[in-house]
Amino acid sequence: MRVGVGLPTTLPGADGKLVIEWARMADEGPFSSLGVLDRLTYDSYDPFTPLAAAAAVTSRVLLATTIVVGPLYNTPILAKMAASIDALSGGRFVLGLAVGARQEDYEAAEVDYRTRGRRLAEQLAVLRTLWEEARGPSSGRPGGPPVLVGGTSDVVYSRMARYTDGYVHGGGPPRAFARAADKARSAWSDAGRPGKPQIWGQGYFALGGDEVREQGMAYLRDYYAFTGPFAEKIAAGLLTTPQAIAGFLRGYEEAGCDEMVLFPASPDIAQLEQLAAVLTTLRVTA
Amino acid sequence: MTQNPKSKTQNPKSIRVLGAGPAGLYFALLAKKADPSCAITVIERNPADVTYGWGVVFSDRTLASFQRADYKTYERITENFVIWDAIDVRYRGETVRCGGHVIASISRKLLLNILQERCAELGVNMVFGREIHDLAELDGSYDLLVAADGINSLARRQYEGEFKPRTEMGRARYIWLGGDKVLDAFTFIFHETEHGLFQVHAYPYSGTSSTFIVECAQDTWQRAGLDRATEEESLAFCQRLLNDDLHGAYLLSNNSRWISFTTLKTKHWHTTIQNLKSKIQNIVLLGDAAHTAHFSIGSGTKLAMEDAIALANALEQHPDIRKALDEYELERKPVVETFQRAAHESQIYFETLKRYLVLDPVPFAFQLLTRSGRITYDDLHFRDARFGDMVDRWMHGRGEAGVAPPPMFAPLQLGTTCLRNRVVMSPIPGGDRAGTPGDGYIARLVECAEGGAGLMLAGTCAVSPEGRVTPADVGMYSELQGRAWSEAVEKVHASQGARIGVRLGHAGRRGSTRPRSEGLDRPLKEGNWPLISASPSPYTPTGQVPREMDRADMDRVRDDFVMSARIAHEASFDLLQLDFAHGYLLASFLSPLTNRREDEYGGSPENRARYPLEVLGAVRSVWVDRPLSVVVTATDYVKGGLEVEDAIELARMLKAGGCDLVQVHAGQTTPEAEPPYARGFLTPLADRIRNEAGVPTLVGGYLTTSNEANTVLAAGKADLCLMEI
Repeated sequence: MRVGVGLPTTLPGADGKLVIEWARMADEGPFSSLGVLDRLTYDSYDPFTPLAAAAAVTSRVLLATTIVVGPLYNTPILAKMAASIDALSGGRFVLGLAVGARQEDYEAAEVDYRTRGRRLAEQLAVLRTLWEEARGPSSGRPGGPPVLVGGTSDVVYSRMARYTDGYVHGGGPPRAFARAADKARSAWSDAGRPGKPQIWGQGYFALGGDEVREQGMAYLRDYYAFTGPFAEKIAAGLLTTPQAIAGFLRGYEEAGCDEMVLFPASPDIAQLEQLAAVLTTLRVTA
Repeated sequence: MTQNPKSKTQNPKSIRVLGAGPAGLYFALLAKKADPSCAITVIERNPADVTYGWGVVFSDRTLASFQRADYKTYERITENFVIWDAIDVRYRGETVRCGGHVIASISRKLLLNILQERCAELGVNMVFGREIHDLAELDGSYDLLVAADGINSLARRQYEGEFKPRTEMGRARYIWLGGDKVLDAFTFIFHETEHGLFQVHAYPYSGTSSTFIVECAQDTWQRAGLDRATEEESLAFCQRLLNDDLHGAYLLSNNSRWISFTTLKTKHWHTTIQNLKSKIQNIVLLGDAAHTAHFSIGSGTKLAMEDAIALANALEQHPDIRKALDEYELERKPVVETFQRAAHESQIYFETLKRYLVLDPVPFAFQLLTRSGRITYDDLHFRDARFGDMVDRWMHGRGEAGVAPPPMFAPLQLGTTCLRNRVVMSPIPGGDRAGTPGDGYIARLVECAEGGAGLMLAGTCAVSPEGRVTPADVGMYSELQGRAWSEAVEKVHASQGARIGVRLGHAGRRGSTRPRSEGLDRPLKEGNWPLISASPSPYTPTGQVPREMDRADMDRVRDDFVMSARIAHEASFDLLQLDFAHGYLLASFLSPLTNRREDEYGGSPENRARYPLEVLGAVRSVWVDRPLSVVVTATDYVKGGLEVEDAIELARMLKAGGCDLVQVHAGQTTPEAEPPYARGFLTPLADRIRNEAGVPTLVGGYLTTSNEANTVLAAGKADLCLMEI
């Protein structure tokens, strides 16, 4: 399993300097990818611009959206932005898409919330064609970047197997991931697709003691406030010690996760350094 | 339980509990223990000593949670319960026993006595014999109302708009009886009578008595005249029914009636309302007031008492009542919902179990024990090695003693062909431009055969160039291909007796697409060939519109299948399979979603099956001496499409048409299908087709472990398992 790190783009207070420095340092560290999340009505960056900036200061890591709320975007423009980041990064972009779960983002974007699933399916059906028709800089990859899908309903898995290259899980304990990964592989096999789907996981971390932990949990409660009392469960899943990270990574690895993206819950470059140190130790002891 | 000193001062000071059943009493005593300063009153409409019901069952896990919650209650329960480790399945006059389960039971009356006693010790105020008709009747002020007043909960009914309950009635009828017979195992009894099947769930709950729940289908119940029977007549009927099982003991009735099981789900488990005096009131539902789950999977009392523990814990830990109620609901609702899903499946299982009456006692018992999907072959083998060995021996057709390999290694006779075991493998084919199998692909087939699989399944081979899905599809329509396949078959046969079959298909409207590595059903960039289908509608909105097949097309395609079958026969394949699934050509005739024809090949199920059956018949006439299989779509997973009942009917027609083995697929008839993908998602469909149409089945659906295969096979749900590579 490869391990990447999330950019602090949905953390209130993360300034541009931090985001870019974060990307540069991650590229030098033990990380395989940089992930971004998508949230419209929140104190956050859009998912694409920071990855474009990251493309300029990195040369190695994958740049991935885990995920972009596809239906919020006009499809040809979405395809164009994705192809552009792919070209800017020399073919390091991964487009993860899902419908998201926040109705207010749809209202803010003036997009119908009810038909979001159908809209995502339509987007998945045409993205490759748009890229093949060279709707992007021709210096990007010819068929476009790899596409992943996220979400939890049954239909997500058939769409994943029909149109895309893999699945992005939304987070949670390894057992929940294992069930979702089985569904993804089951759909893939049923579709007769050769090989295996890429399966990505994600988690949140905050290292460095009680204060950072409380800050991180408060952030998660706020970011996921729309889920009601469930936000508390998400906050409780925050990884706050090297042992917790080690156990979490092992659980995901055993469940066949290909790439794990760990997102910060505190906008501090020290978080990245501490995570890098933990990962380095784990690799050494492994 | 952890003590949080900060929270003490803000905890509820006064709690009313409606209902002195196990949930209400247990909650009251736990909450009182956690905060002795809290005034807790339990109000019950019945007198203290009146109770209905016989015994209640607890698993070892539930008992462990009792131990943590209140040791004194736990101690008194365990001093009085009966515990046993065996499950007996009595069927066709035989008893199959499986040990190693830990189940405990106690009389409901005794349980209530223990809880009442403990409540009294701790200072819980209990008011019996007071019936409340409206929550406004509750006097005084209180911070929290706990509605533990059962399935007909007054509080839930009064605030139905807030709690949003939904109920569903089961289709079977059952009656809850006691008996002065001490069983030594949890006992399932099945009796086929002239009225229909009766099934009994029975278990001991004291040194003198057992509970007997007698259940039957609605129509059986009516045929037996039980819909008109008095309590005494029902009791007498059950006494006669269980005569051989009771050995002279008597069944007892306690106001017992035949009822249908009501499953209750509630959207919200707590609410905050303003009463007439504009006072804010918190109401929370506990146990049966919030949810019920079919008795076949465990007792509602267990869930109710677990609710009580969770609610008492949440109140202890959270200073704010509403937050505590949120926490309680958040913790318990997912657990209960998971339990309810399992219970629902179990309920459906017992309501539709009739199809398993074709099985012998050993597989019958095995499928019963593994019905929930949570207990597997390995689990049972571990719990009771003797039972596991018996299952293995049965699969191998061996007698009373000794050991046999696991079920997946049992040989299978299919027509004149014997497969060495139950494992089928089918690597994804790769061909070259001429449609011949590539060297890499042949090597994979040989590798799997050498790995020990009993049957290799090659293909899908197109029956003509027009019938290919993608340009690189392997085919069975040229001499060159025949020779290449012949070599492949020879290599597989050389490896320790593996057999090899081949699937023949025609893509229909799913043809002329790019390789599946680029996604499904994407038309070629260039060089597309014309498509045919039962009706002229494209597979995807942007796909090529196929031509509706006319009779000349049908003749040609049928002859292509026959010619391919001859080539496959010549190449020495051991088994031939025809593709009637996944929305390809022959499938497009079968589903009403894709067949809009108005001639004799469209409309009724018989008409839609007419052409595929014609192809089967024509192929059977040239493939005489070896097994013939068909892969079918067991359900379309689309409203208005084929459902499993249609597939069962089709399987009967296929069997009559000479099909020896049905492979079960599902979905992909149209791209809108939403299959519930998971490990083994096809198994329930294979089970129904096998046991209702009486035809051997082959099932895949992402099976990757020997444990999954052994569980499917020993339970008689399929005869062969397609394992993932």
